[in-house]
Amino acid sequence: METELPSPCYPGATETTLESAEKKQEPAQAKTLNGDSVFRYLTTSFAFSIIVILALMLYEMAGESMPALKAFGWKFVTSTEWDAVQGIFGALPYLYGSVLSSVLALALATPLSIGAALFITEIAPSRLGALVAPLVELLAAIPSVIYGLWGVLVMAPWLQSTVQPFLIEHFGFIPLFEGAPYGVSMLAAIFILMIMVVPIITSITREVLLAVPQSQKEAAIALGATRWETIKIAILPYGKSGILGASILGLGRAIGETMAVTMVIGNAPNISLSLLSPAYTMPSVIANEFAETTSKLHASALMEIGLILMVVTLVVNALARLLIWSVSRSAKGGAA
Amino acid sequence: MMHGMVFRKAKNHLMSFVMLACTLAVLIPLGLIFFHIVKMGISSLSLDFFTHIPAPTGEPGGGMANGMFGSLVMIGGASLIGLPIGILGAIYLSEFGGSKVSTVIRFAADVLSGTPSIITGMVAYTLLVVPMKGFSGLAGSVALAMIMIPIVLRTTEEQLKMVPGSLREASLALGVPFWRTSLKVTLRSAMSGVLTGILLAVARIAGETAPLLFTALGNQFWSKNVLQPMAALPLQIFSFAIAPYEDWHKLAWAGALVLVTVMFALSLTARYFGRSRHAR
Repeated sequence: METELPSPCYPGATETTLESAEKKQEPAQAKTLNGDSVFRYLTTSFAFSIIVILALMLYEMAGESMPALKAFGWKFVTSTEWDAVQGIFGALPYLYGSVLSSVLALALATPLSIGAALFITEIAPSRLGALVAPLVELLAAIPSVIYGLWGVLVMAPWLQSTVQPFLIEHFGFIPLFEGAPYGVSMLAAIFILMIMVVPIITSITREVLLAVPQSQKEAAIALGATRWETIKIAILPYGKSGILGASILGLGRAIGETMAVTMVIGNAPNISLSLLSPAYTMPSVIANEFAETTSKLHASALMEIGLILMVVTLVVNALARLLIWSVSRSAKGGAA
Repeated sequence: MMHGMVFRKAKNHLMSFVMLACTLAVLIPLGLIFFHIVKMGISSLSLDFFTHIPAPTGEPGGGMANGMFGSLVMIGGASLIGLPIGILGAIYLSEFGGSKVSTVIRFAADVLSGTPSIITGMVAYTLLVVPMKGFSGLAGSVALAMIMIPIVLRTTEEQLKMVPGSLREASLALGVPFWRTSLKVTLRSAMSGVLTGILLAVARIAGETAPLLFTALGNQFWSKNVLQPMAALPLQIFSFAIAPYEDWHKLAWAGALVLVTVMFALSLTARYFGRSRHAR
C-alpha cells in the first residue's frame, strides 16, 4: 500500500520517509495511471502555471515592445516628444511624472505610516489598537477608482480653491509652487497616492513590529528605558529592514497605481518643476491611450512603457519581499 | 539626575503625541473619503440605480444595472478560471512540492500579485482581444483571473499547512487514496480559511478597473454576451467621474457606495470565517 502513495511532504512527514517513498513509487507510477498520479500531475501543472503566467507576461510585453525598442532605442527614455500622428514617441515626461509623484508620495507616507504603526502596536491601549488595525486594513482594500472619484470631485476642487492659491501667494517665489491653480495637478496626485499607500505601509509595518521578539523590548524596559527609548533602541533597529521593505512595497504600489492618478494628475505630458501644474505618469498614459492606439508603433510604444513599468515593479517588489522575509525569518530563528 | 529623568519623560510624552498625530493624519483623510461616499452615495441612490441602464448624456436619472450585471458575470468567469488553478496549485505546494520549487512558485506568486493590474490588462489584450478581434467580457474575466490566482494560491497554501499531518495519516491509514484525502479531508478541514482567501480575492477583483479598460472596454447598454464588450461597475464609476456632467457624477457616487458596501461585506464575512477558525 505504501508504494502506491505519491510522496506526501505535508508538515509532519519526515524528510527520510519522503525520500524513500519517492524512490519506491517511481516505477509504480509509470506503469498505471491511477487517481493519485492524475491528481499529482494536475496540481503540479496548476502550481507551475503561476510561473508560466509570469513568464508569458514578460514574453508578451517584451515581444510587443520590440517595434518601439528597435525604432527609438535609448532615445525612448530620453526624449520628451510624444506625437502619435507623426509616429515619434519619447517617454521621458511619463517616467518623470511616475518617479516624482511616487517618490514624493512615499516621502510623505512613510513617516506617517511608521508613526501610526508604532502607535497601534506600542502606545495605544490594546483595545484601541485592535479596533484601529483592522480598520486600516479594510481601508487598504478600497478600490483605487473610488480614491480617484473622491480625488477628482472633492480633493482637487478643494486644492484649487484653498491650498494652491495659498501656496502661490506665499511661496510662489519657489519654483515648486509657481503657476496657476488648476486643481488637477502633480500635487493632487502626490496627495492621493499618499492617502492610498499609507494604509498598506502601516499594516505591513505593524506586522513587522509584531515580529519583534518580546525579549528585545523587555530587555530595554528592564534597563529603565521609557517607552520611546524602548522603541528607539530595541524595536526600530530590529524591524529596520522590514520597515524599509514595507515602504518599498508602498513605492511599488504607487508607481503602478493607475486609476486614481489618471483621474487627478491632469494628464499633460509636461516636465515642469512646479508641483501645481498638470503632469502624466506611465500607467496613466497607458490607461488613456491604449484602447485607442492610432498605429502599430503607437501600441508598441505604450507596450514598452508597460514593460518598463513591469520590470521596475518586479525589481521593487522582489527587493521588498526579501527585506520583509529577512525580518520574519530572523524572528522565527530567534524564537526557536 | 532628576533633571535628566524629567527630560526623558517629557520626550516620551512628546513622541507619543507625535505618533498619535500620525495615526490621526492617516485616519482623517480616509474618514473623509468614507464620509463623502456615504453622504453623496445615499442621496444619489435610488431604485432606478439597480434596475436601469445609464441615461443618455445630460439627462437625469438612469442607473448602473448593466454595470453591476457585467461585474457579476466577469467575477463569476474569473472565479471559474482562477479558483481551481489557485486551490489545486496550493495543494501541490503544501502536499507535494519540494522546498526549492515551492519557494520559486511562492516568489513568483508574490511578484505577480505586486505587478500593476494595468499590465494584466495589456497582456490579456494581446492574448485574447487581438486574436479574437474584439473587446470582450471573456478577456476581462481572464485578466481578473490572473490577478485572483496568486492571491488564492498563497492564502489556500497557508491554510492547508495548518492542517495537522495526523489527520492526513488517519485518512490514508483507512485506505483512502491520497487525492481523496487531499480534497475531502485536508482541504475540507481548512475550508473556512480557504473561503476567507477566496472572499478577499473576490473583493479585490470586484474593484479592479485598470485591467478592464482594454479587455471588457465597457458598454453603455445591456451586455449579456461574454464575447462582446461588457459593462462593469468600476469602469462606469471611472468614466462617469471624469465626465463633465453633474448627473453622471451622482451616479458615480451611488456606484461607489454600492461597490464599497459590497467590498466591506465581503471583508467582514471573510473576517468572520477567519475568526471561527481560530476559535476552534
